[in-house]
Amino acid sequence: MNFFTILVGIILVNNYVLAQFLGICPFLGVSKKLDSAVGMGVAVIFVMVLATAATWPIQQLLNMWGIGYLQTIVFILIIAALVQFVEMVLKKFIPALHKSLGVYLPLITTNCAVLGVCISNIDAGYNYIESLVNSFGAGVGFLLAMVIFSGMRSKLEGNTAIPASFQGVPITLASAALLSLAFMGFGGLV
Amino acid sequence: MEKKISKLAILTKGIIKENPVLVLLLGTCPTLATTSSAFNGMGMGIAATAVLICSNIVISLLAKIIPDKVRIPCYIVVIAGFVTLVQFIVQAFAEPLYNSLGVFLPLIVVNCIILGRAEMFANKNNPLDSALDGIGMGLGFTLALTVMGAVREIIGNGTIFSSFFLGDPDMFTIKIPFLVDHPFMIVALAPGGFFIFGCAIAAVNKMMAKKGGAPREFSCQGCALASMCQQEKCIAELDKVEIKKGAEA
Repeated sequence: MNFFTILVGIILVNNYVLAQFLGICPFLGVSKKLDSAVGMGVAVIFVMVLATAATWPIQQLLNMWGIGYLQTIVFILIIAALVQFVEMVLKKFIPALHKSLGVYLPLITTNCAVLGVCISNIDAGYNYIESLVNSFGAGVGFLLAMVIFSGMRSKLEGNTAIPASFQGVPITLASAALLSLAFMGFGGLV
Repeated sequence: MEKKISKLAILTKGIIKENPVLVLLLGTCPTLATTSSAFNGMGMGIAATAVLICSNIVISLLAKIIPDKVRIPCYIVVIAGFVTLVQFIVQAFAEPLYNSLGVFLPLIVVNCIILGRAEMFANKNNPLDSALDGIGMGLGFTLALTVMGAVREIIGNGTIFSSFFLGDPDMFTIKIPFLVDHPFMIVALAPGGFFIFGCAIAAVNKMMAKKGGAPREFSCQGCALASMCQQEKCIAELDKVEIKKGAEA
């Protein structure tokens, strides 16, 4: 498959947040400010690519030994260990990067988008390079959605036109619905 | 000293008062993704409930053995084990449901309701109370998902309980006149998921406002990882909770 097709498909058409509902918690929780949205998005891209790089070969091993059904347990353990490891390495060797991304890393362990992308790569039958491209694209799609949405949310802050019962979470979800509707326009691209 | 809560209160609090989806705002991903039809939402709810009850019991039994520092990874392993079991069972007995839930079935493992109950309830309480808590929270989750699925199915497809995975697809199907010929398909698609969920929370806000509750925000209180999280927001929230607890004592 063409790498470009994979990228367009995963970033715009099947956007992880807006079309497949993966990673909704950080999407709604951390998108209030632009800089934290960017930080979270970059951290997710980083962890997604690393996690795929680690889990794809291991799935081949599991398949070889005939224990492919242990996928869920093994993947979540690898992701948890990997995130811890990355945090330690960053703290020791690149403190500046740790300061800007480190706070988001523990949250990513239980981010369903990361485990989701690892499992989807296997289910879709991608080879190693395609899997890495797909994971990178999924992360970029997440970052894109986060950045656009943080802009939308800044308009909601302190808006008095919103009915009382819709303030807070409901209006946030309704604006996410509009953004999702906009992304549906990419439907026929791939 | 904390007052002893009755067994019935533990069981019922998850269904309405502390409904994990509509009140605590946990587990939003599966809520949005699997509620395109009523049976789909119900299937997801039941699968998650089964995992929640089993993991709550096992974690409350193991709470004293697990070292505090590595408790979260240990909980995740226990939960992942039960998720694998449930995956097998669903695949064996309801394959169309297995296919339609897709990646969200293994993703029960990172459902914050389950990890959250392990961290906030099961590791502090005995196995019986933890099981009751699991049943209550699970029922609340299933109920919320089924209702949301039903609403989206009625408006988006004009049917209710269309049971495509039970051999005869029309066994329980109730067709809604007019809507079945002119469905608002967008409601069953992704944007409708966000919008209907928003409306459901707005309805809960309205009900709570009558009792004097304020509209809620996405906060760190319900998050299982709040105690480990280094975000300033989470630390501030936790401090607030601690102060509140201190004031009550």
